[in-house]
Amino acid sequence: MRRFKTIVLLTFAVVFLHSCSLDFSSKHLKLLYWQAPSMLNPFLSSGTKDMEAASIVIEPLARYDANANRIPILATKIPTIENGGIPEDRRSITWHLREDVVWSDGTPLTAHDVVFSWQYCTHEEAGCTAKDSFRDVEQVVAVNDHTVRIDFVKPNPFPFGPFVGSICPVLQAEQFKDCLGLRAQECTRENFYPIGTGPYIVDRFRANDTVVYRANPRYREEDKPFFRKVVIKGGGDAPSAARAVLQTGEFDYAWNLQIEPEVLSSMRESGKGEVVTAFGSQVERIMVNQTNNDASLDSDTRSVFMDGNNPHPFLSDLSVRRALSLAIDRQVLVDIGYGIAGEPTCNVISLPEQYVSKINDDCKIQDIEEANRILDEAGWVRGTDGIRAKDGVRLSLLYQTSTNSVRQGTQSLIKDMWQQIGVETELRNIDAAVFFGSDAGSPDTLQKFYADVQMYTNSFEGNDPSNYVEGWQCENVPGPHNQWVGVNISRGCSEEYDMLLETLSETFDPAQRIVIIKQLNDMVVQNYWEIPLIHRARVSAKSNSLKGFELNGWDSELWNIADWYREE
Amino acid sequence: MALEKAATAAQSIQDARENPSPWMIVWIALKNHKGALVGAGVFTFIVLVVLIGPFIYTVDPILTDSSALSQGISWNHPLGTDNLGRDMLARMLSGGRIALAVGFAAMLLSLFVGTAIGVIAGYYKRLDGPLMRLTDLFLALPLLPLLLVIIMLFRETLRSAFGPEMGIFFLIVFVIGITSWMQTARIVRGETLALKEREFVLAATSMGTSGWHIITSHILPNILSPIMVSATLGIANAIITESTLSFLGLGFPPDFPTWGRLLFDGASQIGTEGSTARVIWPGLAISLTVLSVNYIGDALRDAIDPRVRNK
Repeated sequence: MRRFKTIVLLTFAVVFLHSCSLDFSSKHLKLLYWQAPSMLNPFLSSGTKDMEAASIVIEPLARYDANANRIPILATKIPTIENGGIPEDRRSITWHLREDVVWSDGTPLTAHDVVFSWQYCTHEEAGCTAKDSFRDVEQVVAVNDHTVRIDFVKPNPFPFGPFVGSICPVLQAEQFKDCLGLRAQECTRENFYPIGTGPYIVDRFRANDTVVYRANPRYREEDKPFFRKVVIKGGGDAPSAARAVLQTGEFDYAWNLQIEPEVLSSMRESGKGEVVTAFGSQVERIMVNQTNNDASLDSDTRSVFMDGNNPHPFLSDLSVRRALSLAIDRQVLVDIGYGIAGEPTCNVISLPEQYVSKINDDCKIQDIEEANRILDEAGWVRGTDGIRAKDGVRLSLLYQTSTNSVRQGTQSLIKDMWQQIGVETELRNIDAAVFFGSDAGSPDTLQKFYADVQMYTNSFEGNDPSNYVEGWQCENVPGPHNQWVGVNISRGCSEEYDMLLETLSETFDPAQRIVIIKQLNDMVVQNYWEIPLIHRARVSAKSNSLKGFELNGWDSELWNIADWYREE
Repeated sequence: MALEKAATAAQSIQDARENPSPWMIVWIALKNHKGALVGAGVFTFIVLVVLIGPFIYTVDPILTDSSALSQGISWNHPLGTDNLGRDMLARMLSGGRIALAVGFAAMLLSLFVGTAIGVIAGYYKRLDGPLMRLTDLFLALPLLPLLLVIIMLFRETLRSAFGPEMGIFFLIVFVIGITSWMQTARIVRGETLALKEREFVLAATSMGTSGWHIITSHILPNILSPIMVSATLGIANAIITESTLSFLGLGFPPDFPTWGRLLFDGASQIGTEGSTARVIWPGLAISLTVLSVNYIGDALRDAIDPRVRNK
């Protein structure tokens, strides 16, 4: 009897251990995000990490594939004028929902969920970060259970703002019905465990640490997803994340690896994984502060636009800004800091190809002589210390960015280049969590911009920069009046730009729109509100055994996670 | 004639041996402590090199050179270059100046505060309670978060008053000094309490000597030994704290070389060609300085304290 018991126990143990080992080796997918997700509701967070972690669970009507094409997700097809989804007057767009989609709790997805998501995000007190996607939306109507129509207040040449891309997904009305307005932030349970239609369900969420997902048994595609469990582990920094995939093989995938090329290639030699790159719209640029950021000013005036009545003491001079750009050797920055993950650029819109302006390309060649000549001509004279000055104002800059070895390297190189044209630079680095933290109470955020110039990467989702160019409007300048929310960080503002933007919103001919968007790009670049430096690729690492992965430069990198599988 | 001279010399040596001054005794004791000798030698060497070095080796530590990236040891760059082509030797020398300047200045500040609070608390019974509770309070504060908050609050003010580098220097010296005096204060207080009850202090008190005079001429000379030891340990502590701050990306501007910053930059490059040396040099310099200063402090304590010395 006893022997029998032992045998039974042993058998169980063997079976159990076997299944465990199987589980860990092939049925679990381990992702490493060195910035940890803090919530899974993309409407309430501007962090890319949160948007990506949520994109596994909740989905939009359509999203962008790796070639920047719109593909239907919860919709049956992409509405066009030809298929009747968009009327000739372009005042609305009609989406047909797939009828086979159910939420992970078993209830069907209906048009009411879409209507609710619009109400949720556009509620005045909600603080929804995707609010811009709903600009000019008059109403969202459920025509029937599986048809939804979005009406615009005026003809809209680009109706793909709402519910396209991972920043603007569909929430379940039933789950979030008590979370409208001010209560949005208080709904912790909902924001941490959203019910979705995606391939995986949130199993356990620990803010700023780990997210564990399990496969969604009700996922619309049969036999998918392939993994039983997905784990997102957060924390650490970019080099250690790359090491965990490429050298030690502890993880299957690591996100956003801004690391020196030689470090990355030395890690790659271990052969445990590969480095994947994809170019999207990311451009590393220097923002040039157009407002006075003197430390002696109080918080109501420091770096505040005040309708142009608070100009920067010397960066308001176009010749200084132009000289700063001319003095930079962008190729050197790429060679040292980026390698294959970047190329020099002179435009804030560097992809898709048809939107890229060609007339600014001479910035790729460094011209110290010309920069010096411009400054001489403008009356900036070198002092005994080699630093230029005019009327007692010295060309001395405070240059800030986030803490990252590549960025500090770039800072040092640019400091040297500016030294050659008689501009003094003081460098400062701020922890990424603070710099990108958008905390209105902190003096060190990029929105406050308590510096003369600052450097980081900006990008837009999808293949159409129509929404992106709206960022440089005067009304988007951040300041105390809007709790420092606003994307016109350099505080560049001109009537001309706003008028051209107005023209864009009334132009429907695609070719004509492209011309205008290029002109808008040129205005930003030729006014030197921003100095574009490097067109960056997304760089991620994946293990050799992970298949089905396709890096996407236009949407969430986890856009096709349902197709990922492992091949030993 | 020569014989006479030798005899006088021998006589004076004899004298010194029979009636040595207190400092002579300390020196003799120190001389016999091998660790102290080696430590002092290494420390003097480091101090001399970083003080004189930049005058002889006049390469700019901040200048980047894209034609000489990540180079190994060569005649042009005796310690190689980093990934931006900056000369490592120049960076080590200039980084050492900062490390030592921060170390000494912060040590002096913390010593001054610690000794003052310790002596006053030990000598004046009324102030003992409040001052020691203040010490406990500082001991209980978590150091690193406190440093971060202080740096965030005062960085801007000091920067505009003294410029970016001097401002941060004052700030760092201040925060390190103000957060590391507690051990000194406790030790000094204990010693003062014991000394206060000794006969010679009682005698001085009964003769009507003022409190200030008793402290300066009777108590302070007698607690010199623990103060000296605190001082040496304080330097080591300050150098390490500065490197911690630099390592965290706080402290001095990112292009400003300090040993801690060099270590931080090097660590992120580990694994690439020639990067090992970029971590080893600053690491070695910090370790050697701290170790040698600790040895000196250790030996000084043994040498100054007669109870330990005569064993």
